[in-house]
Amino acid sequence: MSVKRLLPLGAFLCLTAVVALAAAKTMSVQVRKAEIRDTPNFLGRVVSSLAYGDKVTVDGQDGPWTKVSAGNAAGWVHNSALTTRNIVLQSGTAAEATASSGEMALAGKGFNADVEKQFKDNHKDIDFKWVDRMEKIVIAPNRIKAFADEGSLTSTQGGAR
Amino acid sequence: MKTLLILLITLPCLLCTSCKTLDAITEAGTAVGVATGAITTEQADSINRSAGAVGKVFESITPEQEYYIGRTVAATILSQYKPMDNSALTEYLNTIGQYLALCSDRPETFGGYHFLVMDSEEINAFAAPGGLILVSRGMLKCCRDEHALAAVLAHEVAHVGLNHGLQAISKSRLTAAATILGAETAKNLGGKELADLTKTFEDSISDITGKLVNSGYARQLELQADKTAVATLRRAGYNPTGLTDMLAEMEKNLKPGGLDFAKTHPDPKVRIAELRKLLASETQVAAQPEVLRKRFQKAISGL
Repeated sequence: MSVKRLLPLGAFLCLTAVVALAAAKTMSVQVRKAEIRDTPNFLGRVVSSLAYGDKVTVDGQDGPWTKVSAGNAAGWVHNSALTTRNIVLQSGTAAEATASSGEMALAGKGFNADVEKQFKDNHKDIDFKWVDRMEKIVIAPNRIKAFADEGSLTSTQGGAR
Repeated sequence: MKTLLILLITLPCLLCTSCKTLDAITEAGTAVGVATGAITTEQADSINRSAGAVGKVFESITPEQEYYIGRTVAATILSQYKPMDNSALTEYLNTIGQYLALCSDRPETFGGYHFLVMDSEEINAFAAPGGLILVSRGMLKCCRDEHALAAVLAHEVAHVGLNHGLQAISKSRLTAAATILGAETAKNLGGKELADLTKTFEDSISDITGKLVNSGYARQLELQADKTAVATLRRAGYNPTGLTDMLAEMEKNLKPGGLDFAKTHPDPKVRIAELRKLLASETQVAAQPEVLRKRFQKAISGL
């Protein structure tokens, strides 16, 4: 096979690769911590954890659950933890900053910990102690399941499915 | 031939992607223009608007920013209402509330859903953006069983999922924030920008707390939250008539001219009438498992 004949083939393969890349949909994690589970429900075993801004590849959909892969992990994440916006973690150029209302969001930009600190300095009378305490109250999904079962509450659909 | 077909199909898609990139470039250009004083902010806004970059106002708030807004809204309300330090009750409330959140359309928020009781006889409940939910002792007294309590919490979870709190923020605050951020390239803002942004933040907090504490949401938003709550309750296995049951009880307890739900919410009668249309097939909670009754009584004893 001559080089001349190989060239178009090479170009074709490159193009197919580009097309394949464009077809693979990626999403960003938009919550502080998200879990990849082995089944599409909150009782599924946690396969891996994701952090804010992490990118995942979308492999499928089942109701409100998205099948994703990230690194070596694959499984299900609830839609509400994901966004099609590209969350950019590092501070960067003006392009990134100003696009935050559109396709890109710059993590840590805008109303953030610095603004909260400044607010606290301006309002010494407003105490965040109870808000910090509240945030630590997390009931594990298996305990919630036991609580629902004990009360004969049968979850039928939706997020807890 | 097939290759050609694929190319023909994908090429417009690739072009579309570059249109989006173009949006970002237009915005970047206008920001630089503002920063260098070449164009006014108004001109920049107009250019950005025409470039299609400005979406619905509250949608430009990221879940991370929603989280910081919600923390400060909750802290501000808790500076007026003392919380109840009752760990058994707090845990019971959070188990029901977090279960309902999992059954809602938006189970995951940046910082998650968390619930606390306010030590007040007032009949009140507040949902801060992002999922910090506060319910008064007086409100708990309107609940005769766990179904009714679940209904109160599902209604507040619905306000969070439907972004009602964020919608209370005046558009001008977000325009102001965008202008400050647009002119700033680094992640860490300088002193003046941080002070300006904090002022905008304070104004946004006032918009929300003003709505929650004083003026109340528009009637249609309350009815929307009721409707969403019914769907969540059904998914969770709670009887949604718990909501009408609670509203009937509330109506008896509300004092005319009160500064609580009497002021900020539609008349319970109106809400019950709307709910009846949705609950036609469902009957009132009859006999319920003993364990459900007992754990409710145990949790609210001492209120």
